[in-house]
Amino acid sequence: MIKRSSWSIPYLAFLILFVALPLVLILVYALQDGTGHFTLSNITRFFSDKDSLSTFAVSIEVAVENTLLCILLGYPAAWILANKKLNRSAVTIILFMLPMWINALMRTLATAELFNMFGITLGKGTLLFGMVYDYLPFMIYPIYNVLDRMDNSYAEAAGDLGATPWTVFWKVTVPLSMPGVRSGILMVFMPTVSTFAISEFLTNNKIKLFGTIIQENINSSMWNYGAALAFIMLIIIGITTVLTGGRDAEAAGGAI
Amino acid sequence: MPKDIIIDIKHLSKSFGDKKVLEDINLYVRKGEFITLLGPSGCGKTTLLRQIAGFIAPDEGQILLEGKDISSIPPYKRPLNTVFQRYALFPHLDVYDNIAFGLKLKGVPQDEIDTRVKKMLKMVSMSDYEDRSVDSLSGGQQQRVAIARALVNMPKVLLLDEPLAALDLKMRKDMQIELKELHQKMGITFIYVTHDQEEALTLSDTIVVLNEGRIQQIGTPTDIYNEPCNSFVADFIGESTILNGTMIRDRRVEFMGHEFDCVDEGFGENNPVDVVIRPEDVYIMSRLDGAQFTGTVKSCIFKGVHYEMYVDTDKGYELMVQDYNGFEPGSTVGLLIKPSDIQVMRKERLCNTLEGEMVDETHVSILDAEFECLPQEGLEAGTKVTVEVGFDKVDLLDHQEEGATGGEVSFLLYKGNHYHLTVLTDSGEHLWVDTDDIWDKGDLVGINILPADLKITRKDD
Repeated sequence: MIKRSSWSIPYLAFLILFVALPLVLILVYALQDGTGHFTLSNITRFFSDKDSLSTFAVSIEVAVENTLLCILLGYPAAWILANKKLNRSAVTIILFMLPMWINALMRTLATAELFNMFGITLGKGTLLFGMVYDYLPFMIYPIYNVLDRMDNSYAEAAGDLGATPWTVFWKVTVPLSMPGVRSGILMVFMPTVSTFAISEFLTNNKIKLFGTIIQENINSSMWNYGAALAFIMLIIIGITTVLTGGRDAEAAGGAI
Repeated sequence: MPKDIIIDIKHLSKSFGDKKVLEDINLYVRKGEFITLLGPSGCGKTTLLRQIAGFIAPDEGQILLEGKDISSIPPYKRPLNTVFQRYALFPHLDVYDNIAFGLKLKGVPQDEIDTRVKKMLKMVSMSDYEDRSVDSLSGGQQQRVAIARALVNMPKVLLLDEPLAALDLKMRKDMQIELKELHQKMGITFIYVTHDQEEALTLSDTIVVLNEGRIQQIGTPTDIYNEPCNSFVADFIGESTILNGTMIRDRRVEFMGHEFDCVDEGFGENNPVDVVIRPEDVYIMSRLDGAQFTGTVKSCIFKGVHYEMYVDTDKGYELMVQDYNGFEPGSTVGLLIKPSDIQVMRKERLCNTLEGEMVDETHVSILDAEFECLPQEGLEAGTKVTVEVGFDKVDLLDHQEEGATGGEVSFLLYKGNHYHLTVLTDSGEHLWVDTDDIWDKGDLVGINILPADLKITRKDD
């Protein structure tokens, strides 16, 4: 008889081959120079390279702006969707999720074509438009999930204790929906830092993001520096996850 | 009307969709009273409480608080507070902030909030818990915090929606005593909702028994227990056997095939009545002389304090008896009921009375369906008629489609030798049926009535 614990072998193999090994390889490449000798120069090069640092700053700025815009647009949308009086059908929820069924690259290309057609100059504005368009559902869904499952008796209890509907919203609904917001931030902020396709198509590479320079380095066979940049990005993602209380936020239902 | 009335409910009605949840509720609550709304699930008690709290607006009628109509005032402006069934404590606030929530909103100064919250915590014996998160508390502790959170606002009336339903039995008993003490100490009016009749009897000054959206009886616990006004109340509160009887004359009643002396008067002569016998009121003995009637013990179960026995009487009725002494199943016993222990109730109805319309000479439309009847002379098609059908003349069938119309069994009452069923028909009317067959609540049935059993008269306007 095969032991039950051996059932996990295929999955373990998958994890080692496609997750652990690549991560180790990134680290190995990041800490080597072109000839295979150990060095920290790739890391130090990033911190002394003005171009890389400013690209990094722009990436973080764009990601923060995109995340804030997604919260501002996504929270009210999620609230309306979860409100049984305002939204009685599941169809509207599907409509909000529908764009996600189409490949993001195709949507981005189509958006770029639309901007060209209307003669809008590509730049920061179009970049943010494209990012919000791509990532908004990832903000709406986790917030909607939390609001939809929130026991209505909390709002009733607050009203019963003398809170006006406005106070109920700010003192009860918003604090209780924070796990959803955190989960949304996690799902919007991290991919925006590393994206390069949107900035390529929607700004014609006028604005470079962190993902863009990783891609450029790898494309031009500068694997070691590219790996170092990817490694730095991983660290940033790790920090964001810890700051937003990753586990807690995932429990709030990021799954789509 | 007495002066000390704090809440006065007048002609209150509420429907959800087609379903009438509350019909013409009239009720007043005195200041400082502990009043309980008691009834089975779905009877409308929680809906009534939520209307007083303001979460649901009534369709018709008024709710007066100290003489002022509050039915259109939103909940946050009502000087009432609620303890919710599942507590609804705010999980993002600690115990202290939960209790202080209402006071902070009212802009009470911080030092006063502090004294009041601490005093309240002491009152519910939770003093050491003010910094704890509510998730770390047990069910009973959460319940105390919920009660403190409501009471700290000194509401004019405290509304409690089955507050103890989620606790285990031992905890529930302890909390009942604490609630009662709290009520006496604070002097605040309590309106309490429960489906647990024992809880209602223990806690209340006044009990309001509700069923199917109507008030069945209002009274003190002893009134409700000893003098139930109809068979629903008698069946719902405590154990009882409800039997058909005939009031022969004042102080003399016949049931189970025997005549008994009783203390009830004013029911007329030879009028059908319902008789309620509480199982603890039946004297059971092995001697047969001196007994009013005899029986054979069918089953005997030890219940801790007493034995619960089912006895088949000499005239073929089944009677529940509780006694400190148990009798072997199969043994013949003598039985005796004292006059003061016989509770006689007026029958709510003697037969089914339905409104209908003639379709043609031999067909009548009742319950939204067509029934064949005997040829009716002088009643042309379209005439509005009243149709009477005896309880035992209604045939219930296993399959809905076999009957002229269908229905659902909504209430069962065992009357000693037969069942008295309440059937909610597809047309939304009630039909009462006597039957020897065993049905369950919620069974879907077909309904048939033989032509000869329809007593049709012209409806006089």
